[in-house]
Amino acid sequence: MRIDWVKAAPWICTIGLFVVWELAVRLLGIAEFILPTPTAIFLATVEFWSALVNNSFQTLWTTLAGFGIAVVFGLGLGLFIGWNKTIYAGLYPLMVGFNSIPKVAVVPILVLWFGTGWIPAVLTAFLISFFPIVVNVATGLATIEPEMEDVLRALGAKKLDIMTKVGIPRSLPYFFGSLKVAITLAFIGSVLSETIAANKGLGHMMLTAQANFEVPLVFACLIALAIEGIGMYAIMAWLEMRMTGWAHRSGFAR
Amino acid sequence: MSSDQSFISINDVSLRYKPQGGDEGTLAVDELNLRVEKGEFVAVVGPSGCGKSTLMKLATGLHFPTTGSVRIDGDEVKGPVKIAGMAFQNPVMLPWRKTADNILLPLEIVQPHRRQMRSNKEQYRKLADELLASVGLEGAGSQYPWQLSGGMQQRASLCRALIHEPELLMLDEPFAALDAFTREELWCVIRDLQAEKGFTTILVTHDLREAVFLADRIFVMSARPGRILVERTVDIDRPRELDLLYEKFFVDIVHELRGHIAEARK
Ligand SMILES: Nc1ncnc2c1ncn2[C@@H]1O[C@H](COP(=O)(O)OP(=O)(O)OP(=O)(O)O)[C@@H](O)[C@H]1O
Ligand SMILES: [Mg+2]
Repeated sequence: MRIDWVKAAPWICTIGLFVVWELAVRLLGIAEFILPTPTAIFLATVEFWSALVNNSFQTLWTTLAGFGIAVVFGLGLGLFIGWNKTIYAGLYPLMVGFNSIPKVAVVPILVLWFGTGWIPAVLTAFLISFFPIVVNVATGLATIEPEMEDVLRALGAKKLDIMTKVGIPRSLPYFFGSLKVAITLAFIGSVLSETIAANKGLGHMMLTAQANFEVPLVFACLIALAIEGIGMYAIMAWLEMRMTGWAHRSGFAR
Repeated sequence: MSSDQSFISINDVSLRYKPQGGDEGTLAVDELNLRVEKGEFVAVVGPSGCGKSTLMKLATGLHFPTTGSVRIDGDEVKGPVKIAGMAFQNPVMLPWRKTADNILLPLEIVQPHRRQMRSNKEQYRKLADELLASVGLEGAGSQYPWQLSGGMQQRASLCRALIHEPELLMLDEPFAALDAFTREELWCVIRDLQAEKGFTTILVTHDLREAVFLADRIFVMSARPGRILVERTVDIDRPRELDLLYEKFFVDIVHELRGHIAEARK
């Protein structure tokens, strides 16, 4: 049997990373509270398995809730902004300004309004992730070929016709492309908020473990975050592929 | 209604595009006068940037004159004319739709087809396939536009312009991006379709041979702001064959037009 090296490469690299890590820590004699070995992290994972799973689910649902709101809101606002040049010109600078505020700075305000708990996490996830969705949807709409618009307008097409027949389908690949970015950001947002003000979730768990000097557990949390993040990204990438196959017409990207 | 009513009449039209920032806006056409009769095939030639595409937009109601008036069938144009099919240098197909569905797009806009689209899908699909066959694209309807060559896409875009049987066909340099052989082939396609269906056609082109081969009348425009400098009637009998391109009288007309354009560019 021949080995498909391209398929095997990610596995080889990942396993290789852990092996090198393990060996380096052991050979260099690095203390556990600085950098634990993968085996130590694995043991901590097993030991705190149920807590890890619980907190992972907490982070997962706050992320998904924030992301869900961002999708609905981002799609709506994106369509609204892309509808009309004046609206686009008026709102775009505001959006850019809002987006440039570091969201860490917003969390304390959210806590002030809503107290600690899941609400700030969901809201931070939402606030941090809606922007790329809005921009992508609006861009898709704003870049309709003028010739296409002329063809349809000369037939008496209304703005709504042009949007539904051309604009919206056209912006779909942009939209689904932005979901990959948005889900990653939403995840960052909810973990960020959990580390600042929460009593549940991976972010909170990490902070507690760190305070107790349970460094292997901190790393176990990190790895749980990585796995969750990769999983969500993969689902979005798959969704993008499924929904907008036509945009990858050449087969080149596959 | 005046007694000399033409299908399209453009009377003393000027159009100034809206200013962008400091300038006072481009005066694209000025003192433009032009008449086109029903069923006629006219060509418009002129230096680059002289307002040919602007003329197309005026005639289809996509832009309105700053001064003067545009009339179609005697009525002042107040909005998109709804009777026009258009094709451009760039075929602009929607990549997520199969070619046949791209061609049917106009029918999803104009009545009465818009209403009947859903119930008569099969029938419309057949119509698209027939039209595709008439431009030499049998069976291409079920392919995506990006699976077609540039020339094939351009044929498809002609089909899209014609599917709703428009009274008026607007062609803005539709063959400019094609190789010489494909271009000549498409000249014949357009010639035959127009002979068969009798739609009024306005063709904007930079190719003088194309203009002489296809048109009944040719308008030469001045440099910007564009107006009509010369009107040349081409009285070559139809149907015209490609052999004409090498006849002396054909070449003479081309040279004469070339002279006018050289004059216009000064
Ligand atoms: N939407 C627009 N806004 C502002 N100015 C425009 C616009 N469209 C065209 N113009 C200007 O009007 C003039 C005429 O343009 P037009 O597109 O009609 O020329 P054209 O004869 O079709 O040129 P070409 O042969 O290069 O296609 C040009 O100077 C152009 O810069
Ligand atoms: Mg032009």
